[in-house]
Amino acid sequence: MSTYVEHAHDAHDDHEHHDSGSQTVLGFWFYLMTDCILFATAFAAYAVLYRNIATGVSGKEIFELPYVMGETAALLLSSITYGFAMIAGYKGNKSAVLGWLAVTFACGAVFIGMEVNEFHNLIAEGHGPNVSAFLSSFFGLVGLHGLHVTAGLLWMAVMMFEVAKTGLTGRAMTRLSCLSLFWHFLDIVWICVFTVVYLKGAM
Amino acid sequence: MSQAHEHAADHGSVKSYLTGFVLAVILTAIPFWMVMSGSFTKQATVIGIFGFAVVQIIVHLKYFLHLNFTKEGKLNSFSFLFTAMIIVMLVGLSVWIISTADALMLR
Repeated sequence: MSTYVEHAHDAHDDHEHHDSGSQTVLGFWFYLMTDCILFATAFAAYAVLYRNIATGVSGKEIFELPYVMGETAALLLSSITYGFAMIAGYKGNKSAVLGWLAVTFACGAVFIGMEVNEFHNLIAEGHGPNVSAFLSSFFGLVGLHGLHVTAGLLWMAVMMFEVAKTGLTGRAMTRLSCLSLFWHFLDIVWICVFTVVYLKGAM
Repeated sequence: MSQAHEHAADHGSVKSYLTGFVLAVILTAIPFWMVMSGSFTKQATVIGIFGFAVVQIIVHLKYFLHLNFTKEGKLNSFSFLFTAMIIVMLVGLSVWIISTADALMLR
């Protein structure tokens, strides 16, 4: 997203290309805004259903805050390492981009691994999504976020392959910028998840 | 590559990412501590955790997503504000409707 002054400076063939790139990123931002609304509906469902625990457990009995803190740390760490990958990208440092993307991927994978483990334990202990409205909406909301992170990881793997193969082309940078928005956006959604679901639920 | 250098500032520096990261860590640690220590009243804890969440979201928007109100960044920021308004209405009104219905049913 350059300013108009900068456009006047490098208004060669770069101009058109960059312009379509920033249009793409803006379009992707609009998609993320609609994704926000999808998450909002899941949050609304959770907010109206979380008291209905039927014969099952309440949040207070199943949430382990130190574990959630670990998940939060993994995701937050992956956010800043993705930022470093973007900075390396703007400097044109291909190997640094690949390195930081690998670190980001590892942190994201730790997050997903922890979440799958948590879901597995809950279901194994008989607290599956079929027990109560609370657990259905819990698995729905947290699972929706987990699915997004998984999609982000797939996308990141594809981008690492593309950058390794064709280098930091304008096209690759546009795609990395979109993934950057997606990844940081998921971290913001996670703030809402740990506040509304885990912290509020564990009180 | 001249393009790359000029945009580096717009997209944040190592320093701005680190600032955002440190703020995010602090703003995460405090609400977790508030709930885990249990040394506050329930009402104060609820206000606290939601307040810190809102502040942390703003920190993320500024330092990680680089939202701003410059000529080029304005469109992103206003589309976000519009979405935020829709979300508040969607979640707020849903909760209001259902809790009112609950109260009427159980009367």
